[in-house]
Amino acid sequence: MFILKLLARNAFRHKLRSILTVIGVAIAVLAFGLLRTLVGLWYLGVESSNASRLVTRNAISIIFTLPISYKDRIRQVPGVKIVSYGNWFGGIYIDEKNFFPNFAVDPKNYLELYPEFVLPPDQKKAVILDRKAAVIGRKLADRFKWKIGDLVTLKGTIFPGQWEFVVRGIYRGAQKNTDETQFFFHWDYLNETLKKTVPRRADQAGFYMIGLTNPDSAADVSVAIDRMFKNSLAETLTETERAFQMSFVSMTEAIVIAIQIVSYVVIIIIMVVAANTMAMTARERIAEYATLKTLGFGARHIAGIVFGESLVISLAGGVVGVIFTFPAALWIETELSQFFPVFNVSSLTVYLDLLAAAVVGTVAAIFPTWRGATIPIAEGLRRIG
Amino acid sequence: MKNFKPPIVEIKNLTKTYRRGVQVIPVLEEITLDIADGEFLALMGPSGSGKSTLLNIIAGIDKADSGMVTVGGVDISALSEAELAQWRAINVGFIFQFYNLIPVLTAFENVELPLLLTTLSRKERQAHVETALSIVSLLDRVDHYPSQLSGGQQQRVAIARAVVTDPTIIVADEPTGDLDRVSAGDVLGLMARLNREFGKTIIMVTHDPRAAEKAHVIRQLEKGILNNVHS
Repeated sequence: MFILKLLARNAFRHKLRSILTVIGVAIAVLAFGLLRTLVGLWYLGVESSNASRLVTRNAISIIFTLPISYKDRIRQVPGVKIVSYGNWFGGIYIDEKNFFPNFAVDPKNYLELYPEFVLPPDQKKAVILDRKAAVIGRKLADRFKWKIGDLVTLKGTIFPGQWEFVVRGIYRGAQKNTDETQFFFHWDYLNETLKKTVPRRADQAGFYMIGLTNPDSAADVSVAIDRMFKNSLAETLTETERAFQMSFVSMTEAIVIAIQIVSYVVIIIIMVVAANTMAMTARERIAEYATLKTLGFGARHIAGIVFGESLVISLAGGVVGVIFTFPAALWIETELSQFFPVFNVSSLTVYLDLLAAAVVGTVAAIFPTWRGATIPIAEGLRRIG
Repeated sequence: MKNFKPPIVEIKNLTKTYRRGVQVIPVLEEITLDIADGEFLALMGPSGSGKSTLLNIIAGIDKADSGMVTVGGVDISALSEAELAQWRAINVGFIFQFYNLIPVLTAFENVELPLLLTTLSRKERQAHVETALSIVSLLDRVDHYPSQLSGGQQQRVAIARAVVTDPTIIVADEPTGDLDRVSAGDVLGLMARLNREFGKTIIMVTHDPRAAEKAHVIRQLEKGILNNVHS
């Protein structure tokens, strides 16, 4: 109890210095937490992928399409429960800065395949019945203040033209990490228009989404599908949804690694700053440590005092950093939703934040502790006056 | 017939040197000294004469190169660092020139510090601290921090801390060196009282002849050699 009292009082003896150190650690922990969350966001698609879903795409590249006729053939492969398909539309709402993901899909099967997109039954029905219907995520609706019945026009980039849609459904995510910023509409609407304007691009799907009766059969079904289209004009590559998402992540892996390095560098920088502060503190208190040793306190007591003080300061910074991470993440999710549709701080990130703060406190205390614990008493006592 | 008091401190052929690079500087040379139980000894001498070093060796915070130092029958020159720390906590009370109080602790907490290393209960510690503070007439300042006390009061708190464990010896290094004349007089009076009324053995290093006057015995150190005896 006495030692705790001494630690707490020592920690805030030089209020300005301690507060600045706490703020420094808090900012570092905040940055670390946000960067870790950003890295986690990179893997969001991978994390939220379902083991019972496969993706089939053109074996050459995702930018090449597959004939829509493949749908029925894939459906006949044993182990396939449901097949949906779609195209990345790449439409722009008014301006490029208003980016959000938009896809032409087969809504009936797609929504069945993705139960994480929760849509009220009446809206689902309305979406299926209306060829110009669009289903949008809740966050997207909030962002542009769209509501059911609103007319939305997207400017096509991959599929030129002005495309009009009517908002018929607004989905909510079943899970906290479900992306609620997406925009879906009828593939048939796209296809029918293409048949009139650019017939050679019609009847082509960018990808097939396949639901399995049993996730354990994923490998067999993938092989069977790809074998079926071997030596055709459009060979396929079928993989699990997780692997498909990972292929996108691996394309940008260098960025993820860079972000991870930056997050560690931030912690190392604050570690050096905190170590300097603790070294300064210990230097000023050498005479006190010598006095305590004179009175009979041993090296382990001195080590406890220095370590404890360093941990009090760094963990205080860590806790402040964690507290501010949540409103910062909420702000990012709200204000930058076009870039970060989901920005949830996981409990693992919170633990890592606190661990990082503890590591900062521990490392920062090593040299001062050694100095305080080993300085000869007579030499330490001469530092006073 | 003169009362014979056995020495509480026995020093035989004590030698201490410091090294500065390759140069060896002798600080104490063949010191032999006995200090009787209940004695008030003043060690005087010019700066650099080795008096503080001798005091530190007697108090177990520095080690001699050779020779023997026995305090209360214990050969402290043979103790390890950890054993010395334990021994100091029980046997030595320290009074420093600059008081060496912990600034973030109150007068009460500063006096309580050495007792934290004992097995005393919280209540027992409180009783000991209050007794020590009453001896130095500072019971009304228990909750004051060092910065809220005058220099004289701080030194009295330091004296209370030195006596709270009822040590075998009290060592004081220039205890009045940082005090005005009045406060110095108070502190010296208090030390004399501790010696007279409580029978404490006090070894004091001082430059101040007025402080030395309070001692029973004055020993002069010059260039590491113990000279004469004034009683």
